[in-house]
Amino acid sequence: MIRDQDIIQIKAPQITAADRLYLNQIMEGVKVTLSHMFFRPRRTVQYPEEKRTMNAGNYRGVHRLNRDPDGRVACVACFMCETACPAHCIHIVADESPWEDREKYPALFDIDELRCIYCGMCEEACPVDAIELTPHYEPVGRTRDEMIFDKEKLLEVYDQTKDIKPRKNPKITGYQGTGDRAKYDQLRARLREMTGDRESVAPAQASTREQGHR
Amino acid sequence: MALAITQLTFSTILALAILGAILGMVAYSIYFERKIAGWVQDRYGPNRVGLPGIIGDRLPEKYGKFHFWGLGQPIADGLKFFLKEDIIPAHVDKPLFLIAPCVSLIVALIGFVVIPWGGHVVIGGTEFNVQVANPDIGLLYLLGVGSMGVYGVVLGGWASNNKYSMYGAVRATAQMLSYEIPMGVAILCVVLACGQVRLEEIVLAQTGPGNTWNILRHPVAFVILWITLFAETNRTPFDLAECEQELVGGYHTEYSAMKFAMFFLGEYAHMITGAAFISVLFLGGWHLPFIPGLQPGDTGIIAMLLKIGVLFAKITFFMFVYMIVRWTVPRFRFDQLMRVAWKGLIPASLGVLLLAILALHWGLHRAVWFTLPGNALVIVIALVVMNRAKQPLSGREANLPPISPSSSGALGVRA
Repeated sequence: MIRDQDIIQIKAPQITAADRLYLNQIMEGVKVTLSHMFFRPRRTVQYPEEKRTMNAGNYRGVHRLNRDPDGRVACVACFMCETACPAHCIHIVADESPWEDREKYPALFDIDELRCIYCGMCEEACPVDAIELTPHYEPVGRTRDEMIFDKEKLLEVYDQTKDIKPRKNPKITGYQGTGDRAKYDQLRARLREMTGDRESVAPAQASTREQGHR
Repeated sequence: MALAITQLTFSTILALAILGAILGMVAYSIYFERKIAGWVQDRYGPNRVGLPGIIGDRLPEKYGKFHFWGLGQPIADGLKFFLKEDIIPAHVDKPLFLIAPCVSLIVALIGFVVIPWGGHVVIGGTEFNVQVANPDIGLLYLLGVGSMGVYGVVLGGWASNNKYSMYGAVRATAQMLSYEIPMGVAILCVVLACGQVRLEEIVLAQTGPGNTWNILRHPVAFVILWITLFAETNRTPFDLAECEQELVGGYHTEYSAMKFAMFFLGEYAHMITGAAFISVLFLGGWHLPFIPGLQPGDTGIIAMLLKIGVLFAKITFFMFVYMIVRWTVPRFRFDQLMRVAWKGLIPASLGVLLLAILALHWGLHRAVWFTLPGNALVIVIALVVMNRAKQPLSGREANLPPISPSSSGALGVRA
């Protein structure tokens, strides 16, 4: 129940006959319209030519397969991403690695970009940070087949995007990073001081088996 | 001249030329409608389609990112309409459903025949009237044909067998009936001032020494006619017949492909007719004062082209205002629409008509010094009457419970 003293009685304002012609108001409106038409900057981004700048750090766009410092595919074909993927869009065929430092490598690595829901679970699951999502949001193809990205294509994406999004967490992967090398070394030195050099930082050629135990 | 041309041949050529010009103008008014809509909303509007194979199709990089400002857009739109699936729903009244868009477009287009485009022209010693037809009842013909425009809407709405279409059609009819009255009365003022219903003579009565444009003689009638033109052509703020938010699409909900396009073209052609109509009646048609070449005495071919250009410039101005108003004034509610007509425009137009009759009685119907103060007087009287009249109530306001006496008094103050 609303008390009487809480009720505010409001009367509609009395407007004069001149106001009721609404000419003044319409002219004001036309002024606003014309000012927008001629003097305001256009808000449109002319898409294919112009693009909005976006936060590259955490956007979940097209995948890439990272390369290790030797330029080889960083993936160890552990099937973690394929298992984690809720959309079942990752298909890996593993083979014995031709290199000394790991057991397996992906002979085939396909991602169906049309099935992918870009949730980033593969990125979370990967123990060696080989698969990552890039800020590229415009994968285009004429057929469905074109949109199934194979290993070469995914490595190509890495080559194109390594500058705008360096491969993350180099400490675990033993990767030296792609950004400002001097600054990175400073950070590593400070980290070593803080931890009392308990943790031996993995050298570039750290073996995968060692990483698996961490 | 070796080849003798008669007025009939001349009229035929003119009709074809004008028809082409009007259709082109319709196409590009749709383009500019979209363009202006974009500009007003801080966008660019269509700017991608060039004219394929002619210009702007593949402009070099140095011309920038704009592909000839999207001037090919009308062609793309037209192609789209032609190629789309033309659906005739099973539940419609098929003959009427097919006829309605034709009526809408044809009626909008045949209004042009009586518009005087450029006075008289002398070609090879023969004088021609730059007008497709010059009937004695030119003005009445234009009025009749203009009002026929609602037939397309009503037939479309009825034949669609869809309640939203029907609502749109009925609204259009009621609106047309209401706004025909002030329109007719405003035009009557012009007829009384000029003593003519032949449009060519009405233009001549606004030119020459001692004469001025009718807008100076009857400004109030001009404004009333202008407002009713918005209503006649179903433009915002009077577009209740097709308001998307309430009626899906109004009378053309069930139409698709080229039949929808014909409604669309008809609407824009109607707008151009209306603009030409008001230019001829109030703004001197092809005439511009003090400029040689645009006077009734000039009968050269160049002068004719100039005059046609001037009339088209005036039409373009009105088209521009149509579009600006569309993005400025919100749509009326239906009771407001009726109130504007019956309580606003009709009394005002009757006042101006009375003035025009008195002026004619005293032989002052062409004297600006009499009619202009007279118009001011009409406005003053209208304002006084409005001030004394009760303020209009909306339906919601009328149904509110009365304010309780306990807290009466000051505005918005806690009792």
